[in-house]
Amino acid sequence: MTEYFQITNQPLDSAPLVALVQAPDMGAVVTFAGIVRDNFGGRATAYLEYEAYESMALVVLEQLAGEARVTCGTGAIAIHHRVGRLAIGQIAVLIVVAAAHRHAAFEATEWLMDRIKEVAPIWKKEIWADGASEWVGNEVERKAELGDQMPTRADEHE
Amino acid sequence: MKITIRYFAGHRDITGRSEEQLELVPGATVGSLWELLVGRYPRLVGYSGRILYAVNQEFGMLTTELHDGDEVAFVPPVSGGRN
Repeated sequence: MTEYFQITNQPLDSAPLVALVQAPDMGAVVTFAGIVRDNFGGRATAYLEYEAYESMALVVLEQLAGEARVTCGTGAIAIHHRVGRLAIGQIAVLIVVAAAHRHAAFEATEWLMDRIKEVAPIWKKEIWADGASEWVGNEVERKAELGDQMPTRADEHE
Repeated sequence: MKITIRYFAGHRDITGRSEEQLELVPGATVGSLWELLVGRYPRLVGYSGRILYAVNQEFGMLTTELHDGDEVAFVPPVSGGRN
């Protein structure tokens, strides 16, 4: 049975989540997938490792989804986050939001991804192509340290 | 009273363990526990003011009072930002 909220070391698949949140009165379903990228600020990434304080992360994901449902007026929401070693191109997080109309679904999805990065007890370790590694802190701080002009698109997380 | 502390990510690297149990005096708070741990693991000091606190898997504050059997986690900055 598909759960609404899950932390798993297994590959993520959006199809069961879309089926889970769909309902006859929901005219929109937005699916966001956060994908492991091959670089950060131009430095080549070999792979990523994700770790979670699993029991708390599940509670936090459920609380955030509850808040999004109320403030954005959406229907059902499902969030699955992967942990363990992830290769470039693999899905690290899935957020699937149903709503009567698309605006609420898009708004809730973006808000949820921001909040997950801010408060969910889930961490990412970047293993660089040169063999070095580091736990990733706040990306805003890191980008400031890098001094790079980072892309401003909000759709290329993780 | 006995408290369990969970360490994750960079904190686990610094302490070299994923959890430990400590005996604390009654009245201890999240803040006093953090001070004690910074004394024990000085490299944690860089995280002061930059972490979230969890007591029994709910967010707490430095002033949150601890009780026997509590599970405390100091949540280092989580992955990612707005971009």
